[in-house]
Amino acid sequence: MIGEILVATLLVISGVFGLIGSFGLLKLDDPMKRLHAPTKATTVGVGSALLASSAYFWTVQGRISWEELLVIIFLFISSPITAHFLAKAHMHRNMRPSDLPPTERGNEWATFQPDVPPGEVRTDGSPASTDPVPPQT
Amino acid sequence: MIETALLFAMGCFGVSLFLNLVLLMRGPGLPDRVLAVDTMVINLIALIVLYGIYGGTGINFEAAVLFAMTGFVSTVAFSKFMLRGDVIE
Repeated sequence: MIGEILVATLLVISGVFGLIGSFGLLKLDDPMKRLHAPTKATTVGVGSALLASSAYFWTVQGRISWEELLVIIFLFISSPITAHFLAKAHMHRNMRPSDLPPTERGNEWATFQPDVPPGEVRTDGSPASTDPVPPQT
Repeated sequence: MIETALLFAMGCFGVSLFLNLVLLMRGPGLPDRVLAVDTMVINLIALIVLYGIYGGTGINFEAAVLFAMTGFVSTVAFSKFMLRGDVIE
């Protein structure tokens, strides 16, 4: 009985969080704000669904399954990396370094820095570019 | 009770997939569309797992793991393409 309540609660939490994540994806108006919804709410929703599956097989069917834990760990590692890459792509496509707030440190925003200082030569012999991003077509 | 909660969760994730599809059609920029596809993959993983509970079998997890891996790799590759104009330099 307690197992059923646990599984049902986890299922409802997963559904609500998944719906909130996808609704926030539509509702938020800025692309950088839009990154928040799927990377936080949807990840919690999927993790809750996987926990519900694990709890179901444990309490109702009586066998322990560890495969869900693998998926949870993989999703919780990969979703911040995805968000980081998408934020970087958005910044390089749509923003200039002058649009960003100051870092209040000695150096500027690291993603807009050339990876080799101008004037030096890369290890493969090609000259360093002052602009790290090629112009988008 | 589990049946009702399961149907509720599956309905929620189905509606979520539809909302992602709307953003995929409407999205003003390329990163938004990639984000929509990535969220669709995550929602689909949840739907596969819920279907596994519905059927009472544990053989759907291989599909979930494969979806997670291909979704992550494709999103990173697309982001790399958007950043550099090339996937492998």
